[in-house]
Amino acid sequence: MTTKAIRLSQRRYSLRQKDAQIAWLLVAPSLLVIAGVTLWPIITTLVLSFFIAPTGINQARTFVAFGNYLEMLQNPAFWDTIKRTLYFTIVSVGLELILGLAIAQLVHSRPWGWKFLRFSLIIPWAVPTIVNGAMWRWIYSADFGALNGILLQLGLIKHYVPWLTLSSAAMNLVILADLWHTVPFVALILQAALAALPEELNEAAAVDGANAFQRFWHIRLPLLRPAILVALIVRTVEAFRVFDIVYIITSGGPASKTITISYLTYLYSFAYGKQGTGAALSFLISIFTIIMAIVYIRFLYRPEETQS
Amino acid sequence: MRTFSKITMLMVALVLMASLISCGAPKAATGPVTIHVLTMDQAGLKPAEIDQIARDFEAQNPDIKVVMEYLGYDFVHDKITTGMAAKPPAYDAAMIDVIWPDEFIKAGYLLDVTDRVTPEMKSGIFPASWNGVTRNGKVYGMPWLMDVKYFMYNKDMLEKAGFTDPPKTWEEVTDQAKVIKEKGVVEFPITWSWNQKEGVTCDFAVLLFGNGGAFVDADGKPVFNNDKGVEILTWMKQTVDDGLTNPSAVSSDEMAVEADFLAGKSAFAVNWLFQYSDSNDPSKSQIVGQAAFAPMPVFKAGADAGIKGSSVDGSSSFAIMATTPYPDQTWKFLTYLSSNEVQTKYSAEMLPIWKADFEGDNLEKLKAATPTNPVTVPAFLAQFPYANERPTVPYYNEASAALQLAIQEALTDVKSPQQALDDAAAKWIELAGK
Repeated sequence: MTTKAIRLSQRRYSLRQKDAQIAWLLVAPSLLVIAGVTLWPIITTLVLSFFIAPTGINQARTFVAFGNYLEMLQNPAFWDTIKRTLYFTIVSVGLELILGLAIAQLVHSRPWGWKFLRFSLIIPWAVPTIVNGAMWRWIYSADFGALNGILLQLGLIKHYVPWLTLSSAAMNLVILADLWHTVPFVALILQAALAALPEELNEAAAVDGANAFQRFWHIRLPLLRPAILVALIVRTVEAFRVFDIVYIITSGGPASKTITISYLTYLYSFAYGKQGTGAALSFLISIFTIIMAIVYIRFLYRPEETQS
Repeated sequence: MRTFSKITMLMVALVLMASLISCGAPKAATGPVTIHVLTMDQAGLKPAEIDQIARDFEAQNPDIKVVMEYLGYDFVHDKITTGMAAKPPAYDAAMIDVIWPDEFIKAGYLLDVTDRVTPEMKSGIFPASWNGVTRNGKVYGMPWLMDVKYFMYNKDMLEKAGFTDPPKTWEEVTDQAKVIKEKGVVEFPITWSWNQKEGVTCDFAVLLFGNGGAFVDADGKPVFNNDKGVEILTWMKQTVDDGLTNPSAVSSDEMAVEADFLAGKSAFAVNWLFQYSDSNDPSKSQIVGQAAFAPMPVFKAGADAGIKGSSVDGSSSFAIMATTPYPDQTWKFLTYLSSNEVQTKYSAEMLPIWKADFEGDNLEKLKAATPTNPVTVPAFLAQFPYANERPTVPYYNEASAALQLAIQEALTDVKSPQQALDDAAAKWIELAGK
C-alpha cells in the first residue's frame, strides 16, 4: 500500500473509533438504567440466595452458602412442583404448537374472511392474564359457571360439577385457560413465517406428485423450523414460569395440585417471609429454563437456515 | 454539522439522564400530607363507607389527605409485606388480621403505639380487642373490628323441611340437612369456605374447638392431629361424600359461601357477620328476610365435655407501619376510624368495639340504630364470648398453609385424615424448631 493509502485508512479507522466513542457515550445513560433496573436486582437476588433472610426491617441474615439450594433440591415437595410445572409446560406448549400451526395454516390458505380471522386472533392475546384468569374462574364456577351450564344443556353432565375441586382436572383446566390466551401468539408468529416462505418449492412438489400431507411434512415444516424454534423457546420459558393464571384461578389448590414453581417461589418470598429461599428458588427456575433453551437450540437450531 | 448534531444528542442524553435521577428525589413536606391506608374489601365496612369516613375526616383535618386501598382479604398480607420493602413504605397504615401481629412485630413492621393510647381508649374498648394487638405489654395497633364466625340458616328452608328450631349440635345439623336434601328443598344444604386459604383453617377451628379439641397443648406442641382432630376432619369429608356439603366448598372462599347462601343454594352457612346484612340487601340477595342466626353448634362429644359454644376470632385492627414518615397524622386517622361516633354510625356492618355501647340505655339505642341490629347485637353478645384464638406464633402463615394442605388432601382423598394431620403436625414442629 502507498503511504497515502495507509494514512487514508488510518484516518478512516480513527474516525470510526471516534464515532464508536460518541456512540458509547450516547448509549451509556440507557445502559446505566438497564443495569440499575435489571442487572442490580439480579446480583442482589443472587447474593440474597446465599443467606437465610427473613422478611422484615433490619432483620439479621445468616450466611448459608448453598444451603437454601440444597434444602430445596432435597425437598420432595420441590420435585413434585417441578414435575407439575413440567407437565403444564409440555402439555401447554405442545398443544399451543399444534393448534397454533393449524390456525396459521388456516389463515395462510386465505379462506373467505381470513383478514377478520387474523384480526380476531389478537383479542385473546390482548386480554391481560389476570382478566383472563378471572374470566375462566367464573366459567369454571361450580354453581354459576358457563362450562357447567353448557355441558348440562348439551346433556353431557347430569348436574353441575365442581371442576376446580377435582385434583385430576384442575391443572388441565388451568392449561385450557392459558391456551385460549396464548395460542394466538404462536399462530401469529407461525403465520408470519408461513407468509414469508417461497411458494415455488410447494408448487414444484405438487407437480412431482406429493400430496398435501407430504408437502406439509417434508417442505413446509422444515422451512418453518426457525420460527417454530422462536415460538418454542419463548413459550417454554413463559410456560415454565407461569404464575398469575394459577394465582387467580385456583390459588394453587386443590391440595396444592396446581402449585407451579413460580407460585412456590412467591409463597416462600412473600407468604412465608423467607426471602433467601425464594431467591434460591428463582435462580433454580433460571437454571432450568437455561437448560431447556440449550436443549432446544441443540436440537433445532441450524444456522444456515436463518441466513436465507 | 455532524459535530453539532453529536453535541446536541449528547446534551439530550444528559438531560434525560438528569431527569431520571431527579425522579427519585424526595419531595419537600409542604402542603397537605397524604397518607395511604390499606384494608380489606370483605368483612367490616364496605369500601364506599370507609371512603365516606375518610372524606369526613379530611373535612375536619384539611391538612391531611387519606388515600384508601382495598383488596380481598387473602391478598392483604402479601401486599403489606411487599409494601414495606419500599422506602418510604407504600402504606402508612394497614389492616392487621388477628393472626398477623406476631409475624409483623418480629419483622419490625408495626409501630409501638403504647404511649399514644389514652386511658379513655384503654378502659372504653373491650379487653379482648386490646389483647389482639398487645404483646409483652406493648400495644401495636388500634382495634377496629370484632368479628367471629356465625352459624346462619335459612328459616324458610327449615320450615319447608318441617323443622321449627335450628340444630344445636353438628350431628343435628347433618340430620336436618339429610331431610332438607331428601325433601328436595335444596340440593346441597350446607356450604363452607374450605379452599386452600385461611378460610379453611377458620372453619376447622370452629369445628375443632366444638369437639373439645385444640390446635396446640400448653407446651405449644400441635395436638390437632389427635383423635378429636381426626374425628372432625373425617366428619367434614363424610358430609361431602353424603352430598350434604356442597362439593364446591373445596374451592370456595367466604365470598363464595355468601354467594351460595344469598342465591338460596344452601340452608346452612357459616360466615362472618357481613353475610347477614348482605342477605337483607335486595340488590345482592334472593333470600331477603329469610336468614337467621343460631348459636354455633358443637359436637355431642364436645357438649358432653362441657363445651357450651365454639367459634373463631376474626377480629382485626389498624396498625401504623413502623417506617412511615407521618405517624402522628396516621394515628389521628386511625383513632377517628375506630372512634365511638364513627363505629355507632356504621354499626349495621360491624358492631362497635366500645364497651359502653352494650350497656344499659346505650344497648337499646344500639339495637335500634339500624334495621338489622336487633338481630345482630344479641347474636354477637351470644357468640363472641366463645371466640377461640388461632395460635399466635410468628410462623403462623406457613403453619396454617401446612394445615390447609392437610385438610385439602383429606377432602380430595389424597391422604387419610390421620396421615394428613400427622404430616401437618410434623411441619408445625419443624417450624417451631427453626
